[in-house]
Amino acid sequence: MTVLVVAEHDRGALAPATLEACAFARSLGEPVHAITIGAAADGLVATLAEYGVSVVVQAHHDLLADYGPEAWGETVAQLVRQYQPTAVLATGTDRGNEVMAQVAARLGLPMVANVTAVTPGEPWTITRVRWGGSLLEECTLAAGTKLLTIAHHSLEASPAPVDATTEAMAPDLGAELARTMVVERVERAAGVTLATAALVVGGGRGVGSAEGFTPLEELASALGGVVGCSRAVTNNGWRNHTDQVGQTGTRIAPDLYIACGISGAIQHWVGAMASKTILAINTDKDANMVTKADVAVIGDLHQVVPAITAEVRRRRGA
Amino acid sequence: MNVLVCVKRVPAPGAKINITADGQAVDTAYLAFTTSPHEECAVEAAVQLVEAHGGEATVMTLGPTEAEEQLRYAASVGAAKCVLLPIDGADWDPQRTAQALATAIAGVEAANGPFDLILFGNESADSGNFQVGVRVAHALGRPIVNGVKGIEVDGDAVRARREADAGVEVYRLPLPAVLGIKEGINLPRYPTMKGRLAAKKAEVAQVAPEGEPGGQQMVTLVQPPVTVTETVILGHGPDAAPAVVDLLEELGLLK
Repeated sequence: MTVLVVAEHDRGALAPATLEACAFARSLGEPVHAITIGAAADGLVATLAEYGVSVVVQAHHDLLADYGPEAWGETVAQLVRQYQPTAVLATGTDRGNEVMAQVAARLGLPMVANVTAVTPGEPWTITRVRWGGSLLEECTLAAGTKLLTIAHHSLEASPAPVDATTEAMAPDLGAELARTMVVERVERAAGVTLATAALVVGGGRGVGSAEGFTPLEELASALGGVVGCSRAVTNNGWRNHTDQVGQTGTRIAPDLYIACGISGAIQHWVGAMASKTILAINTDKDANMVTKADVAVIGDLHQVVPAITAEVRRRRGA
Repeated sequence: MNVLVCVKRVPAPGAKINITADGQAVDTAYLAFTTSPHEECAVEAAVQLVEAHGGEATVMTLGPTEAEEQLRYAASVGAAKCVLLPIDGADWDPQRTAQALATAIAGVEAANGPFDLILFGNESADSGNFQVGVRVAHALGRPIVNGVKGIEVDGDAVRARREADAGVEVYRLPLPAVLGIKEGINLPRYPTMKGRLAAKKAEVAQVAPEGEPGGQQMVTLVQPPVTVTETVILGHGPDAAPAVVDLLEELGLLK
């Protein structure tokens, strides 16, 4: 028996979460195989072998020239029918969850999303994340082939090199599957984004207005960081949703997150908790954001933030 | 254009999510309930499509009878029809939920004609199983794309835009189609007084849900391990600025 990993990639660029799925697959104690979808991904064999994949199935078809959830899902479903693997693992990302749901629907099998731990048995016992990671669920999974997506960052993607062989696969895909292929792409402009910034200055309800973000902009600008906000801020129309940090916004992981006037509700916390250091600035010393932060300043952000910017400029000038 | 939106009633937790003593559910004794955020935006998207192209918006939910509250809220912001699939007790698993929704949708369509578009939230805020919309679309034989943050009707198709790591992807799905919506596609409106009054009178059709239990069964909810943080207070008010900048230097952020 084998464990099959669905390698997530974008036009041949491997999603890092795939390597976590490979590491998770190895922990199940069976040979690990992987499927790469589309000829653009043929170059991934060496990387997958480095992470313990002994057989790479390379699926080729005109409808696999770019990403398409239905064509990808159907391809994996056909391989599962043929291989009958013990389990199929995909990434717990937008694409990984979407493809695995397609696989599950096509095979009429259950699927468990965002898994952090598995105890095989009859049935399997599984731990998965809910509420973006602020609650865990233990569930059982009874199925011939177990379909799982692996919660991102639930384990480290450590290498375990093996020699890999390849197998070609020509899936039988109906022309109608073109209906969910990408028809157009607009590449992201280069530059620092909320998701990749080393420093984020976030504002919450305590900022009070759209104009109230000016001092936060100035501090972020002085430090080469970007501004984020809580859901309360976007709901009030003070800032665009693209700036929202949280469960239904962007997950950030900066070296320092400066959270200003943010109470720290679950919705926001799950988007901010991967920050390496958190500095909370709040008038309420008992606010959830303050008690969960590494460091805090108790005070009015409208006074504290400009003072920090001034001090940054003073030391730079010195 | 007739649009159906499937929504879920979820608790609105604050700083911490408490679990009931038997571990079977979130303790909602002191919590309010809301429509799962992605779905609140899906309702707004449906209402906007109807305003631009005519037709009507229908909202459907599978949940406790109290979920009627979320249906009426959708009616207060412009949904014309409400359908409740009432269940007792615990949440249904995702396979069972999808089966019940697909069956109910087929029933409504047999009576009233097909929906041009069916909208789901990308995932529910509470259980986050990431699959009900896809399963329903597959059962109905319709295309679906998730993560949608922009919709444009294009003849007999719909152009759906979504954000990916590399940039923005555009899909073109022939109608009838299904979309999984993400928050940020719009800013949902607040109900008007007129809308609130209309919502009180809105008729909520009930359909008995039909679905077989699936292969994933919840055993218990568990709190994640708590990492106790000893917060260091750097100071009070603007006088703390030098200590903050010391920290920036220490972290190598003052370049």
